[in-house]
Amino acid sequence: MSEAINKPAEEKKAAKYVLREVVEREVYQAAWDAKKRGEPVGWSSSKFPSEITEALGLNLVYPENQAAAIGAKHGGERMCEHAEAMGFDNDICAYARINLAYAAGHEAEEKPMPQPDFVLCCNNICNCMTKWYENLARMHNIPLIMIDVPYANTKEPDQNKIDYIRGQFDDAIKQLEKIAGRKMDMEKFEEACSNANRAAKAWLKVCSYLQYTPAPFAGFDLFNHMADIVTARAKKATALAFEQLADELEENVKTGKSTWKYDENHRIMFEGIPCWPQLGKLFKPLKERGINTTAVVYAPAFGFEYNNMDELMAAYCKAPNSVCIEKGVEWRETICKENNVDGILVHYNRSCKPWSGYMPEMERRFRKDLGVAVAGFDGDQADPRNFSEEQYNTRVEGLFEVMQANKAAKEGGNK
Amino acid sequence: MSAIYTMGIDIGSTASKSVILKDGKEIVSKAVIDVGAGTSGPKRVIEEVTKEAGLSREEISFILATGYGRNSLLEWADHQMSELSCHAKGANYLFPNVRTVIDIGGQDAKVLKVGPNGVLSNFVMNDKCAAGTGRFLDVMAKILEVKVSELEGLSAQSTEDVSISSTCTVFAESEVISQLAKGVHKNDIIKGIHRSVAGRVGGLAKRVGIEDDLVMTGGVALNGGVVKAMEEALNHEIKTSPLTQYAGAIGAALFAYKKYEGVNKK
Ligand code: SF4
Repeated sequence: MSEAINKPAEEKKAAKYVLREVVEREVYQAAWDAKKRGEPVGWSSSKFPSEITEALGLNLVYPENQAAAIGAKHGGERMCEHAEAMGFDNDICAYARINLAYAAGHEAEEKPMPQPDFVLCCNNICNCMTKWYENLARMHNIPLIMIDVPYANTKEPDQNKIDYIRGQFDDAIKQLEKIAGRKMDMEKFEEACSNANRAAKAWLKVCSYLQYTPAPFAGFDLFNHMADIVTARAKKATALAFEQLADELEENVKTGKSTWKYDENHRIMFEGIPCWPQLGKLFKPLKERGINTTAVVYAPAFGFEYNNMDELMAAYCKAPNSVCIEKGVEWRETICKENNVDGILVHYNRSCKPWSGYMPEMERRFRKDLGVAVAGFDGDQADPRNFSEEQYNTRVEGLFEVMQANKAAKEGGNK
Repeated sequence: MSAIYTMGIDIGSTASKSVILKDGKEIVSKAVIDVGAGTSGPKRVIEEVTKEAGLSREEISFILATGYGRNSLLEWADHQMSELSCHAKGANYLFPNVRTVIDIGGQDAKVLKVGPNGVLSNFVMNDKCAAGTGRFLDVMAKILEVKVSELEGLSAQSTEDVSISSTCTVFAESEVISQLAKGVHKNDIIKGIHRSVAGRVGGLAKRVGIEDDLVMTGGVALNGGVVKAMEEALNHEIKTSPLTQYAGAIGAALFAYKKYEGVNKK
């Protein structure tokens, strides 16, 4: 026998590990390395057109992603308290508070990242961003590059809006060229756009597998993979890793396997950002009752495809919490129907005012239009002080009982 | 055939309630202890309700626990359910045509939509803060140096409208103190407090939509001042029962009977 035959085949790493490594290596480690080389590193809001910086070879890290990681590792309260002591009110988004404290020099071993040399803000997500990034720029005395996306009060952005954003886009490129010290290479830009599209396509494919009953994965898994689509979407490695994940899930569908290890008695949509510090607590009463989350608004929102510059601008106009309410309702109700949910769990996120603000009306529409069980609970994406486990459990239990009653009524008996 | 006894235990944040039912119909004993989860309340209420019925644990076929402190009874109870379903079921026992339940407990306020047979079909609950809950009334009574049970009678004597604009317990506390300092009459302040609770919880009720019969359950429903303020806020008749505080426990005992039947039919 030859040696080659005797050699054990190298086991292929599962996509979830590959994805985690992409973020660590290509986003955070790359930024530390750039810093060491004396190159500028930027901080960016989650939905800024990173295709530009990718083409310019500039490294970015992401405050929202960092804050979520710090929150998940239980550093949120400490950082929020630092920010509050600096004068940032308790009512401000916890991501902002955590990151502003970090920018001011309060260390966060949970997720360190290099301090910024410039900041990039696209307020398509919310307006808290604007003030947050202005503060960062002032604290560090560094350039702030802003793309202003006016609030969406129509279902689709009109041409005027696209033109308005396009003007700022061109200006942002000029400013970033100055920071990078080089001209933008259009070929690289197109490559970044193509990577972003490829990653988005694979990501949406991943999300779409939740349509199968039973689902080939636990919907909460999507939250774990979000780091890549937010922070590394214009990179080739991300596209490849998401394509691998899509393949794995397709295989799961074929073989009837799932990463959801419990019964799938009920399927729900989870509305909003999860409470990162309490992921385990969120998950517990759901898994105990066999409730799988098969629709998530937050995750597919970061998978946007486009074919040309105008479509790219239009794609950057939309975020789950800042589209006009009719669009928001349509968006959510479509995934609820496609993914066969029989209940909705609404997170009233005390950090995210825009998201929580239109939830009572959204909740009313869900009840009216879909006729499914709906329960809301109070929580926070990163500040643990705004969540009460007992209250959450009661609401999930109530949701479960209504879903049970609906199921029994459908099956014709009153069990 | 001998009788089937089932027990419902409702452990709230401020009181423990229990009911024993005979054959899923007749209440044979009931007890309430004015302390709730995390205290001796659960143990004492069980002792009292069984003693009153003259029964032992073994003679009770099925025990179902509900309420905020239900987990502390894991060893004792055969099953547990949320207070939402139990209140819906209990309200249906007291008022067979019930369609909407407003339940104000010690730390939660909820509005339930109820289908035929007392099936819970929808609900809305308060947010994390204590505004509009029994806790709010406790705090206010303490500042005013009156007993919670006296609130109703005092508010009935009110002659002037005073508005308590804060729903937040902490802010309302300072608002009440400043009203007292200004010499505003206690009775008028109490009425204002009742209106504040009614406004807050009434808002929740409007969100799910109100249908007849509208019933109020939970300890706070014993305070006619709040019920009256709620009727005014919603412009709608509200039904209550002297057994209102037991609604959750009654529902739990009814579910216990159903569970027992289910198990024994198999
Ligand atoms: S979480 Fe909400 S408030 Fe915070 S930055 Fe994001 S969109 Fe804005």
